[in-house]
Amino acid sequence: MTPAASQFKKNAIALTADLRHRALIRTALKKYEVVRDDKVSRFQNWQSARQSAAEIKWDAVNHLDAHLIEFARNLEARGTQVHWASNAAQAREIIIGIIQERKAHSIIKSKVMTGEEIHLNEALEKAGFDVVESDLGEYIVQLRHEPPYHFVFPAMHLTRGEISDLFSKELGTASTDSPEELTMIARRVLRDKYIAADIGISGANFGIAETGMISITENEGNARLTCALPKVHIALMGIEKVLPKLEDLALFLPMLATAGAGQVMTGYNTLYGGPRQPGEADGPEAFHVVLLDNNRTQLLADPEQRDALHCIRCGACLNVCPIYKNIGGHAYGATYQGPIGAVITPHLRGLQQWKHLSFASSLCGACTQTCPVKINLHHHLLQSRRNAIAQKPVWWEKPLFQGLAFLFNHAGLFSLGMKLGRIGQVFYPLVKGTRLDPASAWTKSRELPKIAPQTFREWWQTRK
Amino acid sequence: MVANPKMNERENILGRIREALSVPAPVPGAHSGEPPHAVSECEAATHIPEWLPRVGSTFEERLALFRTNAAELKADFVLLDSPEELIAKLREIAAAESWKKVATHSNALTDGACDALDLPVLRTDNGYDPRDMETCDAGISACDALIAQTGSVLVTSQSAGGRALSVLPPHHVVLARREQLLADLPAAFALLKTKYAPGYPSLISFITGPSRTGDIERILVLGAHGPKKLTILCV
Repeated sequence: MTPAASQFKKNAIALTADLRHRALIRTALKKYEVVRDDKVSRFQNWQSARQSAAEIKWDAVNHLDAHLIEFARNLEARGTQVHWASNAAQAREIIIGIIQERKAHSIIKSKVMTGEEIHLNEALEKAGFDVVESDLGEYIVQLRHEPPYHFVFPAMHLTRGEISDLFSKELGTASTDSPEELTMIARRVLRDKYIAADIGISGANFGIAETGMISITENEGNARLTCALPKVHIALMGIEKVLPKLEDLALFLPMLATAGAGQVMTGYNTLYGGPRQPGEADGPEAFHVVLLDNNRTQLLADPEQRDALHCIRCGACLNVCPIYKNIGGHAYGATYQGPIGAVITPHLRGLQQWKHLSFASSLCGACTQTCPVKINLHHHLLQSRRNAIAQKPVWWEKPLFQGLAFLFNHAGLFSLGMKLGRIGQVFYPLVKGTRLDPASAWTKSRELPKIAPQTFREWWQTRK
Repeated sequence: MVANPKMNERENILGRIREALSVPAPVPGAHSGEPPHAVSECEAATHIPEWLPRVGSTFEERLALFRTNAAELKADFVLLDSPEELIAKLREIAAAESWKKVATHSNALTDGACDALDLPVLRTDNGYDPRDMETCDAGISACDALIAQTGSVLVTSQSAGGRALSVLPPHHVVLARREQLLADLPAAFALLKTKYAPGYPSLISFITGPSRTGDIERILVLGAHGPKKLTILCV
């Protein structure tokens, strides 16, 4: 087993038995399906909207080279600097280079999952910069030095009491059990940071090829402030995020809000098309867009699973996933959790190291059914299982099935096996639960089924 | 070695994309046994309004929908009959919240209203100090449109006094005219194109309710980083 797989197994075993943890996830997600269904029902035709969104994304991803060229050309035409990074190290280098060139020190960040993917915060801190996350959930998990628990709701696993204790310890504030007061503490602390920051770093939910703009979706206004006050704005964006046309957002913005958090529209949906333009009151002097591949082209090269690049990171598949609801976000050990994470992580970080995520699924298909851009998620998990085994067969599987085939093809041998099994199970309790138990993997948490005193064949013969 | 490593990475990435795309992918729906669908770029766009949430065809229906959406978002929406009423309403809010200073920008609607407040006014038009704006009790701005379908206010860095005015002060007051009420999102994007293309403002924002967060136990709190209150005064 790879280190990632054994860590996953360890986490999953511990967390499924943690009733307090499971109750927390249930509380956090119980309202989600109700509010989402309410907003879905307001659409005149949600299923057609899904199909249309899938088609627009199909076009975007299957003509990605042309759209990216148009996107970059239109951004550059209005004074934005576009950078291309093949991998995480290059992206970090580009961003650190921009900051050093500015002789800047303090950085304010709005939520950027690609930043988690390339471990940007660690790199910026190591380079000696001050980095503060401004999204409330991200700020909380940054203070705790842990990764986001959910890529839409980063601090979903914490109670107000834990957050209050954290703020008391890190910020010296009085303890409170009011979410409103806790939010206001963060608001006060972060206000100064926005105004003092030299650099604002954001992600991008969409890139618009036609007009050369990035689109950021958020509820708090923290991205708005991050992109308004500092002198430099750097946006880190995966190459798959481009959409062909501006009006495509008329569909994607309400769908993202609905699928993501059961909202009609997210609080702020903002397009940024350049640095401060002549005649404008404010805005950054410089705007940089860093386009990140980091193995997205590996996924693109698999036509069967290419539609996983349609993902708009709404998190809907996590919210409905029975596995996610039982093990939570940290157990995966990957930047992107849940079904979409299980599909893309093997492509981004290696199939053999991450194939275990494809097996950690009941294949119920809730994810596929809920996905607003119709990614065929649970089929992709099956395909990854197939691909992983084809690439690296498990040595004992083939002889095992050959042996079983032989047994099932020989009636005499089969009934002899049944008789021996019935004798064997009398003595089984002697080894049950010990190291000699041949079925220990099964009996750790379940009873071994008993062989019936009479098989069907034996009964059939007596009946005649 | 290649002279310009930056250009090199661009070509590397585009090269990998083209190589990957040399094998075609099945069109959406092909996996699930649904009949394959020929994808045309413009076909989808023409149908989007038919699939999004329903909006009435008359002004009254749109107004009613905007009012319902605003209420659900905990934004205050007030329809007024004349510029005088608008000024009176603004003075009433200023008194109720004891504003001491406001931020705004020059515009036909905002100028008259802010002058009538008899308060110190910070105007963003020729630049400003963010620390100064931080001390303002309200940001008063115009907008490009109101969107009935979603209860959103559409602002740009040109129409609403820059980037920070609508998010830095604790109360954002939007002044709008009735004819700015649009039916749906496709209409809003069409307006942006006719009004601005190709010289778009550097910021275009759909503001839907006051700043909000649910990051602590998924409980709604208003005023996470942006305004705690959003008031839309429409004449």
